[in-house]
Amino acid sequence: MKAAPFEYIRPKSVAEASVALGRRGATTAAIAGGQSLIPMLSLRVALIDLLVDISRLDDLKAVTATPDSTWIGSLTTHSQIEDGKTPDVFGGLMRRVAGQISYRAVRNHGTIGGSIALADPAADWPCCLIALDATVRVVGRSGVTVPRIADFIHDSYATTLTTGDIIMGFDIPAPKVPLRWGFAKVARKSGAFAHSIAIVTALGKDGPATVVLGAAGPRPRQMVATATQLAVAGATEEQLRAAIATDLDANFEGLDAYQKRMHTANILRAARDMRAQ
Amino acid sequence: MTAITVALNGVKVVDDVEPRQSLADFLRDRCGLTATHLGCEHGACGACTVVVDGLATRSCLTLAAMADGRAVSTLEGLRDDPLMTLLRRHFHESHALQCGFCTPGMLITARDILQRHTRPDDKTVRHELSGQICRCTGYANIVKAIVAAGQDLPQASAAPPDA
Repeated sequence: MKAAPFEYIRPKSVAEASVALGRRGATTAAIAGGQSLIPMLSLRVALIDLLVDISRLDDLKAVTATPDSTWIGSLTTHSQIEDGKTPDVFGGLMRRVAGQISYRAVRNHGTIGGSIALADPAADWPCCLIALDATVRVVGRSGVTVPRIADFIHDSYATTLTTGDIIMGFDIPAPKVPLRWGFAKVARKSGAFAHSIAIVTALGKDGPATVVLGAAGPRPRQMVATATQLAVAGATEEQLRAAIATDLDANFEGLDAYQKRMHTANILRAARDMRAQ
Repeated sequence: MTAITVALNGVKVVDDVEPRQSLADFLRDRCGLTATHLGCEHGACGACTVVVDGLATRSCLTLAAMADGRAVSTLEGLRDDPLMTLLRRHFHESHALQCGFCTPGMLITARDILQRHTRPDDKTVRHELSGQICRCTGYANIVKAIVAAGQDLPQASAAPPDA
């Protein structure tokens, strides 16, 4: 359980960090909270030559809100969001999601940027930020890119990040009318990575809905048929179940009968959670 | 080697560490502070929880190099802390430890719970404690001790956080 040797540096700027991460001939990694990376180094699942500590770069800590959007710097920790230290124009959704991640001691250091960069299929922030249609701002040697999270994460633990890239933060559009949402998670033990994560949102009382399912495949997916059905006034549970079945088949491969029942139950739970609001 | 300066239990410590050394190993092996216990070494058990800049922290998930410039408190440094004194008494009275291996992490976490929650109930304590594993399975009395300590706090609000 001890990491293999590596070199450690703590650059003073994003530009300096980007250059360090791109060091020729070296396997490098950026560390922010380290709550996923350090165990991976300790278990020697990840082997690196150089660790670049970006945890003290103030440029990655900004949190701002305008009437149109909220900016959350990549170094924002889960517990800062949980404690309401970031603007909450999403009716409490981000606070609720943050408070359910792992354990408090981990949330005190784990960051939203680190979670998105790792792109664990069972992580919470990818689902949440896809549901909120956020974009991620990436600075690298080839300039600045601002992909949507749904495009940024393209597979299990795989993003469009390339060597020398650093996530600055996330731009989340403000809902035009109050957002309603539901969140449900299946995990064997509170704080453990989930077996199913469902986030449901709707704009206002009868606006369009979004449904995102995570931990069911390599990356979270939008459940389009389910979202359409949810927005139909008076839709029955039977109709919702049929839509969920269609979406599960369209978006995920190899789910067994148990997994399908579990994901269906979890999405229905999230939908009920939203309707209760 | 990386040079670090840490305010450890109120005392300035200057040392050179290997970049891969965890804060937990630094505390135990370099500083001789063995109240911090290492169970799983990958963040699952919570036995190694310490306080870094006022925040409960897994010392196995933090590198010593990352603690440079920070204030670190271990259980040894909280000997005279009023909240810890109260918790220690309740752990004793409720028989909240059996083998004692998980106890340092339980106490640090219990203190963190009482700093964030006013008179937490059984349910809150159980949820907050879910990252701390006791292999003697002595949870019932640990929860009892923390709830009782919360009831004993004089003020109406949660205990003040660290400065």
